[in-house]
Amino acid sequence: MANTELNDQAEVLEAVVIRFVGDSGDGMQLTGTQFSDTSAMFGNDIATFPNYPAEIRAPQGSLYGVSGFQVHIGSVEISTPGDEVDLLVAMNPAGLKTNLHAVKPGHTIIVDTDAFTKKNLEKAHYESNPLEDGSLANFRVVEVEMTTLTREALKDIEGLDNKTITRTKNMFALGMVYWMYDRSPEHTIAFFEKKFKGAPHIIEANTKVLNTGLYFAETLELIPNVYKISPAKMAPGKYRIVMGNTATAWGFLAAAEKSGLELFLGSYPITPASDILHELVKHKHFGVKTLQAEDEIAGITSAIGAAFAGDLALTTTSGPGLALKGEAIGLAMMIELPLVIVNVQRGGPSTGLPTKTEQSDLLQAMYGRNGESPVIVIAASTPANCFNYAYQAAKLTLEHMTPVILLTDGYIANGSAPWKIRSVDEMPEIKNHIIKSAQENWHPYDRDADSLARNWAIPGTAGLEHRVGGLEKDRISGNVSYVPENHEYMTKIRAEKIKRVQNYIPEQTTEFASSGDLLVVGWGGTYGSLHSAVKHLNEEGYKNIGYAHFHYINPLPKNTESVLRQFKKIVVCELNGGQFSKVLKMNFDDLDLSQFNKIQGLPFGNSELMEKFKQLVK
Amino acid sequence: METTAEKKYTYKDFESNQEVRWCPGCDDYVILRSMQKALPEMGVDKKDVVFISGIGCSSRFPYYMDTYGMHSIHGRAPAIATGVKLANNDLSVWVITGDGDSMAIGGNHFIHVLRRNIDLNIILFNNEIYGLTKGQFSPTSLVGQKTKSSPFGNTQPPFLPGELAIGAQARFFARIGGNTPKEMTQIFIDAEKFKGTSLVEVLQNCPIFNDGAYAEFTDKLVREDKQVYVEHGKPMIFGKSRDKGLMLKGLKLEVVTIGENGISEADILVHDANDADPTLHQMLVRLKYPLVTGIIRSVHDKTFDEREIEMMNKVKASAVFHKTDDLFFSGDTYEVH
Repeated sequence: MANTELNDQAEVLEAVVIRFVGDSGDGMQLTGTQFSDTSAMFGNDIATFPNYPAEIRAPQGSLYGVSGFQVHIGSVEISTPGDEVDLLVAMNPAGLKTNLHAVKPGHTIIVDTDAFTKKNLEKAHYESNPLEDGSLANFRVVEVEMTTLTREALKDIEGLDNKTITRTKNMFALGMVYWMYDRSPEHTIAFFEKKFKGAPHIIEANTKVLNTGLYFAETLELIPNVYKISPAKMAPGKYRIVMGNTATAWGFLAAAEKSGLELFLGSYPITPASDILHELVKHKHFGVKTLQAEDEIAGITSAIGAAFAGDLALTTTSGPGLALKGEAIGLAMMIELPLVIVNVQRGGPSTGLPTKTEQSDLLQAMYGRNGESPVIVIAASTPANCFNYAYQAAKLTLEHMTPVILLTDGYIANGSAPWKIRSVDEMPEIKNHIIKSAQENWHPYDRDADSLARNWAIPGTAGLEHRVGGLEKDRISGNVSYVPENHEYMTKIRAEKIKRVQNYIPEQTTEFASSGDLLVVGWGGTYGSLHSAVKHLNEEGYKNIGYAHFHYINPLPKNTESVLRQFKKIVVCELNGGQFSKVLKMNFDDLDLSQFNKIQGLPFGNSELMEKFKQLVK
Repeated sequence: METTAEKKYTYKDFESNQEVRWCPGCDDYVILRSMQKALPEMGVDKKDVVFISGIGCSSRFPYYMDTYGMHSIHGRAPAIATGVKLANNDLSVWVITGDGDSMAIGGNHFIHVLRRNIDLNIILFNNEIYGLTKGQFSPTSLVGQKTKSSPFGNTQPPFLPGELAIGAQARFFARIGGNTPKEMTQIFIDAEKFKGTSLVEVLQNCPIFNDGAYAEFTDKLVREDKQVYVEHGKPMIFGKSRDKGLMLKGLKLEVVTIGENGISEADILVHDANDADPTLHQMLVRLKYPLVTGIIRSVHDKTFDEREIEMMNKVKASAVFHKTDDLFFSGDTYEVH
């Protein structure tokens, strides 16, 4: 530790929220990731969220070119990246302007004063310099000539161009923050050594600037305190930090290995789902096949082809892409093949808010197809459990021979958190309905008596040649049938098949209270915010508020109604206009539900939730 | 692969138990039977044959073949077939499509499957009309053609499938009349043997909505005078008395008569289907008189599936991770006690 001798005077905190902001080129994502990784290895619980502009290279210094990375670390359970910021590191005026509203009054802002030039102030639409005009009087502002000090630190290292020197100033900021929160720079130095292998002068430069920032903070009297955040109590085991999209990709890798099938992904680039493609394409060594297709439709239809030929087939997309895939999902449902569709939800409708989060594709997932075409719909709720639900989506599709839509969202897909690593050996078995050889009296639409899953005869198997297609099928042979009674029978059996999935999924649970005055209901990526709001209230003495978070949307868990009926009031909280609420009303039409909705492309804030829940139990 | 192919199938082995429901007199019957006769000659195992179709009259085809098959959704068969082939490279995968299915709603998949050159065979039933929806003009209908949706005449200029295909880098393109089963059967066999995406355009007469669309070229009485059936390495000669031929004059193809103006058979242009340069192939595709049938282009190139398999084997050979646990427990992990 760089400042061990100061530890005795350190102020002990449970949790802290830090936001690093700057220009797109300032390296804020890297700075934030280094701080969160270091903290996780120290033993803190963490949650992070990046916030970067939709523009790839927005003009320097502009308000819409600000890139940010927020880290929430704690010695207690951390379930969200946090709402209000304890420490803001602003590398330029635009970053300060766009993020100041999030900083708690009285808390600290570190700025690079070198970036507060007339030109940059104009670009950020500041009429006067906020460092001089008194507008920051409610905050503790730490002014540092970061660019100058970085240059000074590097003046003796040869072979560095001007651009490289300026680019390392983010490490100066990181060094300061490491000192403030009593963190060792070792992990980051090891990272430099790996990342810049073969460029010793770059390793030296980054290490030097990082340490210079750390020593500078130590000697600077402007920084009031050193804070101490002890390791959190977490289940013992081996951990790593994962992003939701990576965890999703890995869940499918695990499912492919467990099921003994090869994984096929057909996909088309779309934000924010593309990272799943980027991750899976790296793993050809596991036999993963990926096709970057010509469009969203080819993404899913190639996956349907792969499923027909016996692969564990997957397609990944976001909102508008799901709309384009609708007809093909109907085909997969009709021919009863296994197929997982991952929809990383973003703000809609139309192109909407591609880099922002929302939960507004729920009804599209449920009903966005022609005819009566039910599919299984499940939702992950945290960056880490994207792994479990991806695995579960694969298991359900293979065991029930029907498409599964897995919903995640931009918030959990891009967010990261500690994941207690699951070995494939600990994961549940995955069965399938493949028929290995010709059988007497076999029919393509023979079904499993319990699950109603049809059997899976794969090209290359002699004697099982058969045809499937989008026309209505005869209930047994799968041949085309226009018989009226058969159509009704088949429509009903396809619905019943989905309903029976209830017998194979876990029952719905509640947290904090299983009966009482108010049940908070959520689904998908809002788990972190809802859970921490109800937890805070519980700690404040509101023992009459329970919390039910749904991961299984279609079908709902069997005991859903009885869980809901244990409470006097129910509030369904969603980042949309009330879609899950509609689903519940459709199932239980006499239930009295109230709603709490937010449609701003942003997650719920802790205080708005607590206020709402308090009001409801008044 | 097992060698059950040696048991010598007959066309009957490929007939399904489904009643064929095309209109009487439709060329689709000819195509179906030609395919059933071609398959036993290909040396493929029945269990490995997959037909994928889109939507339209032609796309009912898989139901009539006793192989694996999928009657899918409109225009998407090339993408589905791509998935099938990538999932299992041992399969013989066929796409059955029509001019509406492949040139209109499925145009994007059509050009991209050709660009990639995955080892599939595509049979395009071109009847220059929408049949199943009862008679609207299609992307290959002629300007001025009167149809249900163009009562005063079609105002949309047509695609020539071969021109579009070669423009999209098709390595194998053949065209054949719908009433010449013998040649058609042979072309299907050649299409299967060709490694890469093989496109066969069948000039298919629709007796109900566009009867006689090709009669001026394909009618038995005029066929030999109006068509040149090209074969690689042979001079492009046609005519009932085999006295007409093609010569290249400047940048144009010209019809000449052997024995006139001192022209002998040796002067006739010899067909080179293997020429990578598509210029002459495009000229043959566009030629109106005589209409060119046969294998116009057959250029060997590495296939997409080969490239994918090679890359996967290369990555596997230098793999650090063999099981997912190796990946999950690699890199920056940490222990919580």
